[in-house]
Amino acid sequence: MNTFKKLKQFYWPYKKYFILSLVFLVFVTAITVVYPIILQQTIDNVVYGDQYSLIPYIAGIFILLMIVKGFATYFHQYLGDLFGIVSVYKLRNALYGKLQTLSFKYYDNAKTGDIMSRMTADVEGFRFFLSAGFAELIRIVLLIGLSLAVMFYYSIPLALVTMAAMPFLIIVVFKFDKRVHPAFRKIRKSFGNLNTRVQENISGMNTVKSLSREDFEIGRFSKNNDNYRQNYLKTSYIWAKYFPLMEFIGDVCAVALLTFGGYLVISGSLAPGELVAFFSLVWYIMGPLMNLGFVVNQFSQAKASGERLLEILDAKEDIVEKEDALQTDIKGHVTFKDVTLTYIEDDDAALKNISFDAPPGKVIGLIGATGSGKTSITQLITRFYEAEQGDVLIDGRPVVDYELKKLRSSIGFVLQEPFLFSTSIRENIAYGNPNVTDEQVIDAAKRAQAHDFIMEMPKGYDTMLGERGMGLSGGQKQRIAIARAICVDPSILVLDDATSAVDMETEFKIQKALKEVMKGRTSFIIAHRISSLKHADEILVLEDGKVVERGVHEELVSNNGTYQRIYDIQYQDREAILGTVQI
Amino acid sequence: MANTSNAKDKDRHLTRFHYTVDQAIEKQFNWTQMMRLLVYLKPYSKNYLPAAIIAMMISTAVRLTVPILIGKVAIDIAIKNKDTTMLTYLVVGIGLLYLLSFVGNTFRIKWVNILGQNVIYDLRQHLFSHVQRLSHRFFDSRSAGSILVRIMNDINSLQELFTNGIINLLMDVVTLIGIIVILFVLSPKLALAIMVILPIMFYISTKLRRNIRRSWQEVRIQQSRMNSHLNEGLQGMRITQSFSQEKENGEYFNGVNHGFFESFRGASKKSAMFRPLVEMCNAVGTVILIAYGAHLILLGEANGGIELGTFVAFAFFLGMFWEPISRLGQMYNQLLMAMAASERIFEFLDEKPNVDEKENSYNIEEMKGHIEFDKVEFSYEEGRIALHEISLDIKQGQTIALVGHTGSGKSTIANLISRFYDPTKGVVKIDGHDLRDVKINSLRQKISVVLQDTFIFSGTIMENIRFGNPNATDEEVMEAAKVVGADDFIQRLGEGYGTEVEERGSILSAGERQLLSFARALLADPTILILDEATASIDTETEVKIQKALNRLLKGRTAIIIAHRLSTIRESDNIFVLENGKVLENGNHEELMAKRGEYFGLVKSQFQMLDAM
Repeated sequence: MNTFKKLKQFYWPYKKYFILSLVFLVFVTAITVVYPIILQQTIDNVVYGDQYSLIPYIAGIFILLMIVKGFATYFHQYLGDLFGIVSVYKLRNALYGKLQTLSFKYYDNAKTGDIMSRMTADVEGFRFFLSAGFAELIRIVLLIGLSLAVMFYYSIPLALVTMAAMPFLIIVVFKFDKRVHPAFRKIRKSFGNLNTRVQENISGMNTVKSLSREDFEIGRFSKNNDNYRQNYLKTSYIWAKYFPLMEFIGDVCAVALLTFGGYLVISGSLAPGELVAFFSLVWYIMGPLMNLGFVVNQFSQAKASGERLLEILDAKEDIVEKEDALQTDIKGHVTFKDVTLTYIEDDDAALKNISFDAPPGKVIGLIGATGSGKTSITQLITRFYEAEQGDVLIDGRPVVDYELKKLRSSIGFVLQEPFLFSTSIRENIAYGNPNVTDEQVIDAAKRAQAHDFIMEMPKGYDTMLGERGMGLSGGQKQRIAIARAICVDPSILVLDDATSAVDMETEFKIQKALKEVMKGRTSFIIAHRISSLKHADEILVLEDGKVVERGVHEELVSNNGTYQRIYDIQYQDREAILGTVQI
Repeated sequence: MANTSNAKDKDRHLTRFHYTVDQAIEKQFNWTQMMRLLVYLKPYSKNYLPAAIIAMMISTAVRLTVPILIGKVAIDIAIKNKDTTMLTYLVVGIGLLYLLSFVGNTFRIKWVNILGQNVIYDLRQHLFSHVQRLSHRFFDSRSAGSILVRIMNDINSLQELFTNGIINLLMDVVTLIGIIVILFVLSPKLALAIMVILPIMFYISTKLRRNIRRSWQEVRIQQSRMNSHLNEGLQGMRITQSFSQEKENGEYFNGVNHGFFESFRGASKKSAMFRPLVEMCNAVGTVILIAYGAHLILLGEANGGIELGTFVAFAFFLGMFWEPISRLGQMYNQLLMAMAASERIFEFLDEKPNVDEKENSYNIEEMKGHIEFDKVEFSYEEGRIALHEISLDIKQGQTIALVGHTGSGKSTIANLISRFYDPTKGVVKIDGHDLRDVKINSLRQKISVVLQDTFIFSGTIMENIRFGNPNATDEEVMEAAKVVGADDFIQRLGEGYGTEVEERGSILSAGERQLLSFARALLADPTILILDEATASIDTETEVKIQKALNRLLKGRTAIIIAHRLSTIRESDNIFVLENGKVLENGNHEELMAKRGEYFGLVKSQFQMLDAM
């Protein structure tokens, strides 16, 4: 219950819908039970009592009641639905808002698929319970209670005989439920596996074809395909076993009713109409009972869903803005003083005692093997992570003093993997600053050497990107990502291996253009190619989170250090080629 | 829509994303398509299909008989005449009938599911196998997601049709006709009066329901838009936070969320009408039964009236009317959805692989690796020629390099060697065999392509390397990894060769993935090896390792290298410089440099650029 209490803020404001829906439910159930009574009245009073004059009254009352019931049913259902959907509307907004504020640290460990299933299946499970599950539980209790009351009123012995079947039914229902749910989970799981198999196959189709492994893939697929079929069939065997059984118990109950009821009618202690009414009432009890297992299961699932949603809502926000955060403009003077960063506690530090000073106008180059800490440095500047020790300063003040929005909108960040959104190229470039004009967008694209290829597309800047949009090459995506970063007019620009897929000629042009843009601003360039950062004002060579060398290209290239080794490897071609022919 | 005119609009972010939602969810009924679907039932037309139908008939017959027994025999004869013996027999008889129905139902559910699942299995297997055979062009023009949807979701939406749909259709028609016939036999007058509600019921189950269904479709569209955004928003979260667009996206999401909320509310408003209307309809039927039925009973059988038992039987049957009608309505919707799904499935099945195997094609035994291009011309599309009359002669064991700008035709040559495409004109030969004459499998088994972006499948490292040759032993896999220099980093991973890697191999660096792909290629032991930009975007230290691995890999094979890196190209036996689908010049590095032609220019400009930077 605790879970529901914690989520109360989302549904309790709408309690009036829920309460009203319950009020209507009481009407609905009460009138439902009236139906067999009317049947009984008709048979016993009209037919056997020869009172045909009662018919108009009975018919009139019946129609009237059914109209009331119709309206009550409508409002019960609609208000119940509304209660659920309006609650999860609020809940979903809250979840989304929360997800926006969670830090990189959270996303390092989270899987998109997992969060997605919480945002869809779990929210839906919770909604279903609010809309229908809880009310259904009440309905079942009410309907069974009222039906039993009417039965006992008509004939206590017959009611007892009929009820004898109930325990059996309850046992079967719960046994069925216990078996069918794990089976359903298995179906879902094997469907998931099948899905993964196909998805991998299609995504890796080039690899499959290049190694000519189609038959091997078909073989693997048919295993998963068969597994899905088998799991599905196993579940349907459970259905085949229990469902007819439940129905059969109901039928046996009806037979018992007919036998004993028949004798009672013959012996004169039961009116024929009452017997007929019993036949309806029996199904008012059996039907909901068969449903009971489902509803109970709904309840436990809604609880589990709620818990998974609370995990998101309660997740720790480790990057928190100060209350009196600075909103002053940022010039872009970045200083690191003895900075140490650890991603996971007790793990090796990702950065160890890093210090450097980058006043506006300076270009810092970062080079080193994968995992040496290049990206970590830049992600401390934007405060995606926080340093464990030491100071990260911008314009002489710790980054934590700045308002996050102010800080990050002053930094143009081009991430390693150029992620683009499902929208036009124009909107993608304007993403960081929705207020830019088209001229600014085009200007940024020109500087990123993207304008020409954009204009070659049939719809130019209105070309849609994303899953179903135009396919762009890696280099084209990187160039749009660069344009996006330039477009926010940043004081600090970070290029994290941002031109790896761009050919040398274009990279050269981009760098020339950036030089112009970044006059008087601070740039950080992470690259594998010496050519990409040899012109930097200071190059930091990183190894295992430590700066092993620093200086300008000319110094580093001849001090027999790591940088020189990289240089030698990259430039061996040149030596070799220059050796053969005089250029 | 955000466009030029409102670039300054402060609400621009509210329409910032565009998600295209699924294709049509339903289609007009189409007989040819239906017949094509039914073909998949054929393998089961002598076992599960008739068995399921018989089982279904048995339980339906019981359902229809019991009310008559209760009404006409129990009430009208046994109870009326106070005949307890008869009542006993009757009760035992009904009990036995129920038992029969119980058995019938058990087998019906079982067989219907076996039938349905087998059909779905066959269909999915057929589609998947077919897709495997389709050419690069097919995959180039479609996103992975859209292919996935057809193999998974579209096939699944036929599941219900093949499992319960067809049998239920039969069952419902039988039940409905059965009830009507029985009612007319029992009392034509009362039956006629009751039939008044039939058209209303049909109306509700088709028209009203379609209306409701449309509004649920709108809900689904809104939902899928919302989910698309959620999914993308999560994947692009780092970008969003880098550009501090959290608030703006929050507002965008509120819009989508609200759209979803409103459509859901609209749909549930309409849906809530459904049950009351159905019940009202039943109520009208009941009132007719009560009023007219009671009148007929009072009239007495002799005067054209009815007995009490008939009245009771009518009451039972009245309650049984709704279910088949409702299911038939649903069935109709299901058919429309199945039409849309099967149309998409058949569209894929009708796609022809663009390289065909001839009927009298043969296996290449013992491929040696001598490749010839004889005046080969190729165009991907009509009028856009990718290769112009290219002639190449690559000797067994040679390493050749293809150099040129993007779009010059390098990859096209590689694709023609593997016969992913056939030349528009001219002939490609290996060891003197025209590729169009040989079995594709025997050809491709001896050719391996290493791509720039190697796909790592989820599974262990061992399984991933073994992908190159499923029959390789663990020792052979490890040997291959050692030879290419991948063993070092694999040993350093948590569980060595047993380490599980995620899809796309996110725990591995680009260089490590590339070493794995070399190991794969080595294990496949190809005669011809094609390296398509295999060493781009890798950090320098790893690249040195890869370079060494490469030399081991190339040994004793015919190799075609497509690369930017001059060091790799330089050692090739023959370098072809391509431009716009033509070979401008060829020769080894020294010859080409001495010639001071295109190649020389290419090398020079690269170094000039390096110096300038």
